[in-house]
Amino acid sequence: MTSTTRQQAAPSADLVRRAISGKRVDIGARAFEGVLLLSLVAALAILVTLMADVIGRGWVIYAERGVDFLVSANSRDAAQAGVGQALFGSLALMAIVALVAFPLGIGAAIYLEEYARDTPFTRFITVNIRNLAGVPAIVYGLLGLAVFVVALQDLTGPNSNGRSIISGGLTLSIVVLPIVIITASEALRAVPGAIREAAFGVGATRWETIRSHVLPYAAPGILTGTILAMARAFGEAAPLIMVGGAASFVAAGDANLWEQLFGPYMAMPTLIYNWAGLPSQDFRALTAAGIMALLTTILAVNAIAIILRNRYARRW
Amino acid sequence: MTLRTDIEPATDTDTEPRQSPTIRVMATTQLDEAEPIAPGPQRDQVGMDFAADQVVFELEALSCYYGSFRAVRDISLQIPRNQISAIIGPSGCGKSTLLRSFNRMNDLVDSARIEGRILYHGVDLYADGIDPVEVRRRIGMVFQKPNPFPKSIYDNVAFGPRVAGFKGDMDALIESSLRRAALWDEVKDKLRTPGTALSGGQQQRLCIARAIAVEPDVILMDEPCSALDPIATLKIEELMRELKENYTIVIVTHNMQQAARVSDVTAFLTMGDDRAGYLVEMAPTDTIFTRPANKLTEDYITGRFG
Repeated sequence: MTSTTRQQAAPSADLVRRAISGKRVDIGARAFEGVLLLSLVAALAILVTLMADVIGRGWVIYAERGVDFLVSANSRDAAQAGVGQALFGSLALMAIVALVAFPLGIGAAIYLEEYARDTPFTRFITVNIRNLAGVPAIVYGLLGLAVFVVALQDLTGPNSNGRSIISGGLTLSIVVLPIVIITASEALRAVPGAIREAAFGVGATRWETIRSHVLPYAAPGILTGTILAMARAFGEAAPLIMVGGAASFVAAGDANLWEQLFGPYMAMPTLIYNWAGLPSQDFRALTAAGIMALLTTILAVNAIAIILRNRYARRW
Repeated sequence: MTLRTDIEPATDTDTEPRQSPTIRVMATTQLDEAEPIAPGPQRDQVGMDFAADQVVFELEALSCYYGSFRAVRDISLQIPRNQISAIIGPSGCGKSTLLRSFNRMNDLVDSARIEGRILYHGVDLYADGIDPVEVRRRIGMVFQKPNPFPKSIYDNVAFGPRVAGFKGDMDALIESSLRRAALWDEVKDKLRTPGTALSGGQQQRLCIARAIAVEPDVILMDEPCSALDPIATLKIEELMRELKENYTIVIVTHNMQQAARVSDVTAFLTMGDDRAGYLVEMAPTDTIFTRPANKLTEDYITGRFG
């Protein structure tokens, strides 16, 4: 093609069509697309198989006993055993996580994002919070054992050797704290600096700016992150095994709610762990049914997070 | 050893065409003491002097730094009251940095600091005991990109008075602010709709209404029209002319036509070899655009660089 082309007559439609039509077969691109699709199918297949297997085994329990399984206490008798105590334990743990980890985590995030000066030390802290989020939960379990179960026994469970819901909840709070800080930080960072400038520009103080603008606009993101952290805590077994949430049997005494918080307990993941270890065939179906209850709860919590995010998502 | 740009005036002022000043770059070992820049051929100084009671800001050898980087170097000038002062200059010459030092907005940048002084009605804005929040309440700001809060139009304007503890008739204040920002007729029926749903030009006028709702003394405008179309731009400029009756306005713009259209006085900044912005000259706007004293100004306004 030379510059003289310009002076020639316009090319005919036929010529143009021939030049721009046709299909190029790019084998490499096709192969790559195939590999990607295969990865997706494999991942989904594993998940579906797992779910199908669990539902196949556990469905019979719900069919035969229905709600009874969800409210019954644990028992040596497979026909009587249920997840009632474990559900209570897990919900109580969640409540403690919500009360402890969220204020602490969101507070830390606000400090890091809005108040702390950008120094090497602050960056060091931020990087280490990210590292802490990757620390295996069992390590936090050991920490909880040393601090809440042993050292603070008089506070966390004087009558249960410290192996109480309080200890478990505090341990789980530490497990999810880094996640809460990170997600809350990201939500705060997503609020444009222009909004802060606008507020400062009319004479607002830092706190007025945060309270009236930054926090409200970041709230949906913070909420989503913390709910997902909650779901993570709900499914954690390892730290609870360390701090005594793996009691096989809890006497269904007449302790009131407050006393139960300081007493022995069981939680969904640890109950499932216990049942799975029992030699009796009868507990196989119970284990599967327990997993179904656990997964349903987690899926429900995640669904709430997604709905909230979609409803309140803000575009700048 | 650092490079320094000195400006030497043309010696012959009688012949036409006027000779432009020549620029000499020379090496010097000391930087800190601001040497007065030699006078141009037709005027006797770089800056302008105003009657003492007409001066809102007086900059004394102001330098602004981000960390070790000096963004603005040794600027001394005065901003007159109830006038529109334009700051023009090429991109990156520190215009916005300079403007943001007027209401301590740069405090929000951790690494920012200043040297020299900014006197506001004679009071050093950076002295100990000065509360930047109170400073910003009196010296409002309108930003380059319209940045309404994602709240209702009403709440956008009401936020400033609320944090200032305003106890009077809020509805009346909102109305008068929106009227003065020439937005009232367009939004009076939808005060509860989000400010972010307005058009770009309306959003910027909302931001101006928000700024004047706290009854400031000065309004700083940082390229307020750069994100707007020409019609919205003209509306804002018209508005600025009205606002100067009651407020002192300082506008940063990279649009020379805009400076020529709206401002009373113009300061021209450019960048030195150390990439720090410095003041080339400040003069009544018509003088800057018709008889610039400095060759750099002339080159810039005639479009030869920048």
